[in-house]
Amino acid sequence: MATKVYVNKEVNVNDEGFLTDPSQWSVDIAREIAKEEGILLTPKHLEVINYIRERVLKGETISMRSINKSGIVNVKELYELFPNTPLKLACKIAGVSKPASCV
Amino acid sequence: MRLTKKSEDMEKEEFPLKKVCIICSKGTIESIYPALILANGALMEGIQAKLFFTFFGLDAVTKKFIKKIHTPVVGNPSLRLPGNIPFPTLLGILPGMEALATSMMKSQMEKLDIPTIPEFMEYIVAGGGEIFACKLAMDMFGLKKEDLIDDVKDILTVGEFYALCGGQGTQILFI
Repeated sequence: MATKVYVNKEVNVNDEGFLTDPSQWSVDIAREIAKEEGILLTPKHLEVINYIRERVLKGETISMRSINKSGIVNVKELYELFPNTPLKLACKIAGVSKPASCV
Repeated sequence: MRLTKKSEDMEKEEFPLKKVCIICSKGTIESIYPALILANGALMEGIQAKLFFTFFGLDAVTKKFIKKIHTPVVGNPSLRLPGNIPFPTLLGILPGMEALATSMMKSQMEKLDIPTIPEFMEYIVAGGGEIFACKLAMDMFGLKKEDLIDDVKDILTVGEFYALCGGQGTQILFI
């Protein structure tokens, strides 16, 4: 399995750079992943990321709709925070696996 | 020899999808949802999406009908009752059958967290997608711009829609 070093810590990643073990994640790692993607993490980003982690670690599938209904951001704001591939990008920074959702 | 080399190179070269132009021509759940899922799914992957609603597909963008999209219960051999029991067309002619089948379908979609049609329209516009209505079909059905939902960007002729479908990595899908 591939590994990558973020903030002096080695983490396991898949070939697309998604962390394969969510427990290795930290906010500092999130900042580093976001930086690689050209994003400077704001408290709003973190709110979305924490929501995604909470849901995914409970075993739920995350979707655009669940984030839209969370009350944290609407879809337009989600695209603004995580441009181009919002759901994928947010999950990547959140240190969870790539979302298996079509919606 | 040289030819072989060239074709090998071509096989290696990848042309990623950059834009999808989706034409939705039917007004049933099973036509409108695929169009919306494909468009929204493209945007979520960073692929541009343009949607063109024509003929009965216009129901999806007409204020009066957007919340009344049904699934047909007559002449639909794939329609089955829970437990895979075939649903005969003769039953489908009974009053209320279409509404029943539609509400069953909708509750199943709700369980899977699939957005409703108006929600999808909102997501598509939020993601930078564009929604258009067909001018000729609007004329046929006597529809005016104010009859359409606000998410519709413009009313276009076929030629005007094709003009938006240019560029390498573009695909047109007809549904």
